[in-house]
Amino acid sequence: MKTAVQIARDVQNGESSAVDELNTSLAAVRARNDELHVFLYVDEEGAAAQAAKVDALVAKGENAGVLAGVPIAIKDNTCQRGIPTTCASKILEGWRPPYSATVIERLLAAGAVPVGKTNLDEFAMGSSTENSAFGPTRNPLDPSRVPGGSSGGSAAAVAADMTPISIGSDTGGSIRQPAALCGLVGVKPTYGLVSRYGLIAFASSLDQIGPFAKTVLDAATLLEVIAGHDRMDSTSLPEPSPSLVAHVNDGVAGKRVGVVRELIDGADEEVVDAVNRALDVLREAGATTVELSIPELRLGLSAYYLIAPAEASSNLARYDGVRYGLRVDAADVSAMNEATRTAGFGAEVKRRIMLGTYALSAGYYDAYYGQALKVRTQMIDAFSRAYHEVDFLVGATTPSVAFKFGEKTSNPMAMYLSDVFTIPTNLAGEAAISVPFGSGETGLPIGVQLLGPGRSEAQLFSAARVLEIADSRP
Amino acid sequence: MTLPNGWEMVVGLEVHTELKTASKMFCGCANAFGAQPNTNICPVCLGLPGALPVLNVGAVELAMRIGIALHCTIAPSTFHRKNYFYPDMPKDFQISQYDLPINVGGYLDLPDNSRVSIERAHLEEDTGKSTHLGGTGRLQGADRSLVDYNRSGVPLVEIVSGPDIRSSQQARAYAQELRGILIATGASDGRMEEGSMRIDANVSIRKANAAIGNRCAIKNLNSLRSLQRAIDYEALRQVELLEEGGTVRQETRHWDENLGETSTMRVKEDADDYRYFREPDLVDLVPDLAWQDRVRAALPPMPAERRQKLSARLSDPTPAQLDAVEVVIDLGLEELVNAAVDAGAEVTLAISRVANEVAANIEQVTNLTSDSFCATVLMEQRGELSATQAKTVLGELLAHGGDPKSIASALGYEQLSSSSLGETVAALIEEHPDEWNRYRDGDEKLAQFFIGQVMKSTKGQANGKAVVSELQARR
Repeated sequence: MKTAVQIARDVQNGESSAVDELNTSLAAVRARNDELHVFLYVDEEGAAAQAAKVDALVAKGENAGVLAGVPIAIKDNTCQRGIPTTCASKILEGWRPPYSATVIERLLAAGAVPVGKTNLDEFAMGSSTENSAFGPTRNPLDPSRVPGGSSGGSAAAVAADMTPISIGSDTGGSIRQPAALCGLVGVKPTYGLVSRYGLIAFASSLDQIGPFAKTVLDAATLLEVIAGHDRMDSTSLPEPSPSLVAHVNDGVAGKRVGVVRELIDGADEEVVDAVNRALDVLREAGATTVELSIPELRLGLSAYYLIAPAEASSNLARYDGVRYGLRVDAADVSAMNEATRTAGFGAEVKRRIMLGTYALSAGYYDAYYGQALKVRTQMIDAFSRAYHEVDFLVGATTPSVAFKFGEKTSNPMAMYLSDVFTIPTNLAGEAAISVPFGSGETGLPIGVQLLGPGRSEAQLFSAARVLEIADSRP
Repeated sequence: MTLPNGWEMVVGLEVHTELKTASKMFCGCANAFGAQPNTNICPVCLGLPGALPVLNVGAVELAMRIGIALHCTIAPSTFHRKNYFYPDMPKDFQISQYDLPINVGGYLDLPDNSRVSIERAHLEEDTGKSTHLGGTGRLQGADRSLVDYNRSGVPLVEIVSGPDIRSSQQARAYAQELRGILIATGASDGRMEEGSMRIDANVSIRKANAAIGNRCAIKNLNSLRSLQRAIDYEALRQVELLEEGGTVRQETRHWDENLGETSTMRVKEDADDYRYFREPDLVDLVPDLAWQDRVRAALPPMPAERRQKLSARLSDPTPAQLDAVEVVIDLGLEELVNAAVDAGAEVTLAISRVANEVAANIEQVTNLTSDSFCATVLMEQRGELSATQAKTVLGELLAHGGDPKSIASALGYEQLSSSSLGETVAALIEEHPDEWNRYRDGDEKLAQFFIGQVMKSTKGQANGKAVVSELQARR
């Protein structure tokens, strides 16, 4: 399987065509989608039209874009005009957005070919894709196991060689955790780096779109395409897309690296071993490492499960049966509203709407939501202190390798804990990358997490590249 | 109206005004009244999944103008979500300002010199508009409900007064003065009948200096008249209730203009929980001082200042003249008066013609040019037109526009030009030498004789004063 960068080069050079690359991609989708349940919708017609457009540009001798002819999978919480967008929820089944997300517009302008919409935990709430209303996605590396979540479909698309790159969203680890479980590079960009316009909100202050790829270079290339200010998103950072690809091979010589106890403690031994070997590699490459403790990170999970549900309870209020999506008729408007939401939302979504509604209620706000906001501020301050001492931090992405179906569905708390290492970055609005590094006893991949302050993506890509090179050595 | 038995009413008003921006508060859709339903809509104001709000700077600027005109402090502010369900509110939350509004702590001075404090004037978005058909005619129990989202996302400023108002007349004066300010700032067209200015009244009563009783919020006040009637009705209702030993329940009441009474709309429960929290899709709004200064400097004079300026042109004005000045300022027509005065017209005459004849046909005012108004008033002042004729010419100018001289001549008023009046008077003097001599010798009564003769020969269309000045000129 070629990387995205190779495909774009071949298509632009005329050694390949966008249509051929799309056909290769669609063949892989046909081969395994029934088994793995990666795509909820495959847009063969739209993809073919976009591929033809790219080929026509190349034929005219024009630059068809950084991602010319590169098939890409899109998480199904990202709006694409005219294409069913469901958030893997029955409540949005059949809805076709009349507009496209800014990310989609930028991908199309860069010559990428969106192949279809990938499965996810309903409204991105989950860590295994088992919460999809349309059935789970299987891990292509071991179909008895989950691919992680919530962006499980987008991770599986790349892991199964259906597309070389894909788009996910990360609210508490929903890109990095499945990337770790599927052996991919996954990036949670700085909050505001990538426009959220057209990303169906789960928790607005935490959500961020980001890339999946097999290589660090592909991930950096994709992020460069989708990043940069967008006037349609008020929380978008003001500056244009940063230069990332140019820094991929900058290395880590002279960098100070913090090894954070709270981002390792509680992980399986094989995961801890992988992190330690990654630190060896970074030291060999010229970095210095220092052990750190950031106790505030232990409060992250609790704060997250108040803030994210609170925002979700408000964001998901609009699915009321009045304007679009599912409507279950009933005697009057209140009954219709209740019947629609009862039928349309799954158990985890309902659980979080109730949690969030409660956390924001008069009389409870201060004790729950208000307190969580204070914790969030403390976490931001704690990270900021750490970044005075070091350039970036290293920890595990997930406590374990990919787990089996049903292993954690009966216990929401066990499921929530699989995001314990990824959540703090979202609360702080900062950047983190999960990069594959070694594998466990079962041969399943392990992800190492690199965390940096806001706008530190270039530096994190450089470090990830150092680990990628070491990991590929026999 | 005064309340009986030493009761006093305590009233605060919440005024919602739609801002006259070109586009909506958080998207580029046109902010226009009266378009076909659901034509000015987009993913943002429809609250479609994934759409995000982007604050309209024009709305912020108009809100700042209102704040400055009301002597408020412009403060760093934030937006919150007010969460509740209603079908015409597409996100099922309203973006509003909560604990940190853009304008805080101002006041409004009324023409009677009383002062009403302003607690806040904050920005928020409007909802869509529902029409419930059949059944109860309300959302619960209607056969069908139609929703027009054209109004969804239109910018609003809510101006909250302190509970400083003590009579329905004062409430009316406050609303009227505020309306004048909103129009003067260019923030709103102040059209209550189109809903671009909507008033809720919070009414409670107390015995002098005693604690304030439970308040009732009155909705559906669609005119200044409704406002005044509803407050009087509600205050009296509360007096009667308390004097009969009952209690006033804190609730929202609906004003029925036809029945002339208020009735319970919903009981204000403490359980009313909007679960306010900071709108994470917007950033803090912190207008810098330079921006505030620019807005302040560009603000036109407010009605109070303009009233004062126009009144100052009158020497020792009567209450009736001051009322006329208020009408002129309310209509924003002082430039018409000023132009006429600058052209040589008497101030009182110019004000009177604007406050009466022009005001009566204000919807046609665009037909009346400043030049034609000035010319008409001057013709009247010179005696070329009688008062009645001047009013008729003004009426014609308002209805169809045109040139006042041609209109006067078409109406047969041309013989009254000073030269022709002079000729008529000269001819009559020759015809009646005895009477003329007696008049010349000081018998003023003879002036009436000549006026009568002139009237006869002009079929009653002459100006008496002008005849007298013609006679005096020839004495």
